[in-house]
Amino acid sequence: MRPFAYERAADARSAVAARAAGAADGAGAVYLGGGTNLVDLMRLGVVSPGVLVDVTRLPSDGVEETAGGGLLIGAAMRNSDLAAHPLVRRRYPMLTQAVVAGASGQIRNMATVGGNLLQRTRCSYFQDVTKPCNKRAPGSGCPARNGDHRNLAVIGQSEACVATHPSDMAVPLAALGAVVHIEGPGGARQVPMPGLHRLPGDTPERDTVLEPGDLITAVELPPLPFAARSRYRKVRDRASFAFAVVSVAAALDVEDGMVKDCRIALGGVAHIPWRAERAESALRGSPATEAAFAQAAAEELAQATPLPHNAFKVPLARNVVVRTLLDLVEAS
Amino acid sequence: MTTVAAPYAGTALDRVDGPEKVTGRARYAYEHAPDDLAYAVVVQSTIARGEVRAVDADSVLQLPGIIATIWHENAPRVAPIEDAELTVLQSPRVAYRGQVVAVVVAETIESATEAARLLRVDYQVEPHDVELRADHPGMYRPDHVNPDYATDSELGDPEAALGYAPVVVDATYSTPAQHHNPIEPHATVALWDADGLTLYDSTQSASAVRATIAPLFGLPQERVRVVSPYVGGGFGSKGAPHAQVVLAALAAKQVGRPVKLAATRRQMFAVTGYRTPTVQRVRLGADEDGRLSAIVHEAFEQTATVKEFAEQTTVVTRMMYAAPHRRTSHRLVRLDVPVPTWMRAPGETPGMFALESAMDELAVACGIDPVELRVRNEPTVDPERGLPFSSRNLVACLREGAARFGWAGRDPEPGVRRRGRMLIGTGVASSTYPVYRLPSEATARAEPGGGFTVRIAAADIGTGARTVLTQIAADALGVPPAQVRMEVGDSALPRASVAGGSSGTASWGTAVVRACEALTDALHRRAGDVPPGGLEASVDTAEELRAQRPFSRHAYGAQFAEVGVDVDTGEVRVLRLLGAFAAGRIINPKTARSQFIGGMTMGLSMALFEESVMDVEFGDYLNRDLAQYHVAACADVRDVDAFWIEEEDPDLNPMGSKGIGEIGIVGTAAAVANAVHHATGLRVRDLPIRLDRLIGRAV
Amino acid sequence: MNGEGNSGPVFADPITADIMLSVNGDEHSVAVDTRETLLDTLREHLDLIGAKKGCDHGQCGACTVLVDGRRVKSCLTLTVTVDDREITTVEGLAADGALHPMQAAFVERDAFQCGYCTPGQLCSAVAVVREVADGWPSAVTPDVSGPVSLDDDEIRERMSGNLCRCGAYVNIVAAIRQVGA
Ligand SMILES: Cc1cc2nc3c(=O)[nH]c(=O)nc-3n(C[C@H](O)[C@H](O)[C@H](O)COP(=O)(O)OP(=O)(O)OC[C@H]3O[C@@H](n4cnc5c(N)ncnc54)[C@H](O)[C@@H]3O)c2cc1C
Ligand code: SF4
Ligand code: FES
Ligand code: FES
Repeated sequence: MRPFAYERAADARSAVAARAAGAADGAGAVYLGGGTNLVDLMRLGVVSPGVLVDVTRLPSDGVEETAGGGLLIGAAMRNSDLAAHPLVRRRYPMLTQAVVAGASGQIRNMATVGGNLLQRTRCSYFQDVTKPCNKRAPGSGCPARNGDHRNLAVIGQSEACVATHPSDMAVPLAALGAVVHIEGPGGARQVPMPGLHRLPGDTPERDTVLEPGDLITAVELPPLPFAARSRYRKVRDRASFAFAVVSVAAALDVEDGMVKDCRIALGGVAHIPWRAERAESALRGSPATEAAFAQAAAEELAQATPLPHNAFKVPLARNVVVRTLLDLVEAS
Repeated sequence: MTTVAAPYAGTALDRVDGPEKVTGRARYAYEHAPDDLAYAVVVQSTIARGEVRAVDADSVLQLPGIIATIWHENAPRVAPIEDAELTVLQSPRVAYRGQVVAVVVAETIESATEAARLLRVDYQVEPHDVELRADHPGMYRPDHVNPDYATDSELGDPEAALGYAPVVVDATYSTPAQHHNPIEPHATVALWDADGLTLYDSTQSASAVRATIAPLFGLPQERVRVVSPYVGGGFGSKGAPHAQVVLAALAAKQVGRPVKLAATRRQMFAVTGYRTPTVQRVRLGADEDGRLSAIVHEAFEQTATVKEFAEQTTVVTRMMYAAPHRRTSHRLVRLDVPVPTWMRAPGETPGMFALESAMDELAVACGIDPVELRVRNEPTVDPERGLPFSSRNLVACLREGAARFGWAGRDPEPGVRRRGRMLIGTGVASSTYPVYRLPSEATARAEPGGGFTVRIAAADIGTGARTVLTQIAADALGVPPAQVRMEVGDSALPRASVAGGSSGTASWGTAVVRACEALTDALHRRAGDVPPGGLEASVDTAEELRAQRPFSRHAYGAQFAEVGVDVDTGEVRVLRLLGAFAAGRIINPKTARSQFIGGMTMGLSMALFEESVMDVEFGDYLNRDLAQYHVAACADVRDVDAFWIEEEDPDLNPMGSKGIGEIGIVGTAAAVANAVHHATGLRVRDLPIRLDRLIGRAV
Repeated sequence: MNGEGNSGPVFADPITADIMLSVNGDEHSVAVDTRETLLDTLREHLDLIGAKKGCDHGQCGACTVLVDGRRVKSCLTLTVTVDDREITTVEGLAADGALHPMQAAFVERDAFQCGYCTPGQLCSAVAVVREVADGWPSAVTPDVSGPVSLDDDEIRERMSGNLCRCGAYVNIVAAIRQVGA
């Protein structure tokens, strides 16, 4: 790890200023959340910043209610506090389920909401600085395409990169259309999910639409009463403490056997938490039956372009979407 | 041979080192901190084959706190011993990706790590070959297989017998490379002084490390001391010294200061050994009643170019079941890969996955209950060696295990039991492990102030050896365990064999008993009077072991598994695992049960998760960490239990014990795979049984 | 993010900070390299060897300690970030000489073999009992908006961040059940 200066910011403005000052020095300055991804990647030599600006002590570390029944979550809030919050558990159970399905108790005590959203891919070539990788070293190539890609993307990937976004938490946030609040060198702005993350295209080195120095200050959950009946299902290679192979976050509003509204997003399948818009629109107004769910899932997954070793994710994702929706119907 | 009266053997004594371990006081290798310590970090090759042309040692030396950069041009020379895994930094050759090409020594870990990261190494690259295939043209017949078994064996005319057998199973199985991954990484603290070389090392055998390292540095054995009071697991990877010991000693010599060096978890995937992947073809010929007429078991494995390790994968098939016609063989290919080594039950573990899966296929083909099929093929003498068994209670394990597991009335039909969204199935497999006993020495001493001290350079890597030897000594001395102080884990103690091959208790226990007997005799002669300087007796068991009568000596077991397979996702969960074992006298039921279920847990992990994935393009194992190389986590291990059958075997050793450290893993993976077949109707012949091997098929 | 955190190989001097560290109730004044992790500070500078290094990447749990009573992985915690926190390691779980009930239960249930994962398991176990008492849900809690209880499934899920290669899980769960129930 390269030597770095450490600064602790007391509020968003000073964090942005401290980062800008570090960057101006040419040192390469980044925000430090819980460090569970950043410190890991620094130790691997994947990133080597000269300045760390600690943003875990920012005042925005709790949950506030918004008008209309939504919630505003501070970016510095720890994952375990988010998951345990009574309002989150009641209004958005799939968010609690997704957060507690991720990592381990220790990591969730450290990880922040902002850091979780911005964690980087687990592609093993990305983590190995002795090998090429377009995301880490633009233009060097993508060995995963012909090499190991069993747990990489099946939708929306590019020639340049087939990585997946590993966050569980981001999947229900994408389903909910959560709004990310950003404080940047040029002022404040807001980006609705899933628009924060981007598909790799020709520039896989950019995971998100954030500009250098942009600080996430909060995530706003819009009011969505039917999300009180929502569910996160994570499929993984071992029973716990493993990243998703495929996951689904879904909320379902059923009336008289018909789907009034629904939200569905997939994890583990794309460079972004994948909002299943096609499936959602196929379902709105259709009967809440297994056949309709299967049809909707098939429409969504028709876009899939799997690679040789991850084609299994397509039937897997289909099954999990159908099963999760059926579980929601059965639970009602 | 007679067994001694033993009031303490068989009691569930708590681990004598338990309080040390739960309070954090137990000091493991890397935690020894002599004064003036420096930190060493290893640099690994980034090519799989070729030569190191240059190392830009000078530029990292400019970094603050860097003491030395050591590579083949400036490294101290070591004696040219045969084991090229250990003659590190002596030549420019690179034989596998991840081989050590340099070591950086610095004042702090942070500086050493950073310098290692920045060190530039230039290579001349040659094309590599890292892919194991059964039809690889480089396949050859090794001279023998580990440790010294015949490479091949044949009896009768197996091909002809297969030709006329009414029922034939012919299937090819594969097991992937697996890494031991003890939670304590391999570490050494090396210290040179006027007395010679001291190594605080994480090892399964202080005596073996000393015996190997001393000649490398041209030292007599007495000038090397290896200290390893606590070892954080080994599973074979710490059975023989690996590069890190030599590197620490080299670095300490070069910089003239004590040096600490640990392999990182990622580095361990290249430099501390692993289990070879295997491809195995098994052919069974039987009559309609399932009686075997022929067994053929052929294994294809890899080894490294720097050192041969030939895993004895099919040796177990030579003694498992009766059949007049039989053949086993091993073929190896030398690839540009890291050096494979022993890993928990080398040979039996992959071999029994294949054999016991094939037996299940035969049971299905014959329509016979798989427990019954095994009972039917029970031999009366060792089928290939013709020797009598010293004791063999496989049938009792199968029967008693079946009774406790609730096997009776099992519907053999696959794919028909549902519990919620899960398909449920049960499976069985046999296990076995040979009884090894190796020569060791021990000293027993009556202390003038009362109490006894027993010394032997044994290793307690978590097996409970310290505790069990205390019980054995207490019995042999006729005193309560509290009066015995057991000293292990130091090469300055009487020389002991390795904690490997499940031979520890048998080998060390024999020496401890004999030393205690000799001391008791000496005390008798003095009418119990302990002189002011204490009274000591020492023994060497080499002669006693040579006089051992010829028998086929093995422990046996039967593993029963119940699995649930998610119909939507193909996720497999092991719901229940029960092991029945017959392993001679159990000396400590508490630690023994831990050993059995620990082995079974590793078997479960092997069945469902473990696979080191070779990166064919770059030539290393890709998933080099514990987030990608999955081992079973707490949530994966539900109802796992073991019990044992009382077994009296007078032809073993003074304790009447067989080894228990490895048998728990043997057969577990087959039991799980057989249960998955029963649950789903799908036969998974390639480990691990991951969801992608099920989801695309019928589930 | 997005590559901006990289500035090529630089041969820079270490940057140090003088901080106070409160561990097991003792105040230590230490000069730390900003790169130093809490795990390395404890082990290499304070000779508190209870926390173990198993992977150094947050993947095994051997380094688990409590920071302000919450379990964290000390291998991913930079020491400079915890100067205002109270740190508890396995050495500080119990008062002098005695064993914490969880430590005693681990010995009684033989909840370890090699003992290397054990300090991390113990710190985690103590924290798990508290997390359940505080009503925190887990991935196996049937209804996350409802109450939680410490059954075997909950223990297994919550302890999954602590790998034990010796395979002592069955006994670890039994020990925690004994103390937590
Ligand atoms: C062994 C292991 C297993 C894991 N398993 C899972 C899993 O199963 N599921 C899962 O979802 N995740 C998993 N994770 C990942 C974990 O969830 C993330 O590491 C964590 O959420 C990141 O949060 P952090 O606060 O620690 O981020 P940091 O590591 O501090 O930061 C991550 C990135 O975000 C940036 N950043 C942090 N905060 C801000 C902010 N406010 N504004 C702008 N930028 C910011 C940092 O500069 C950095 O680039 C696992 C991690 C480990 C180590
Ligand atoms: S998939 Fe993306 S992250 Fe992985 S190697 Fe290719 S470019 Fe790099
Ligand atoms: S050493 Fe920290 S989790 Fe492994
Ligand atoms: S006791 Fe050895 S790793 Fe857990």
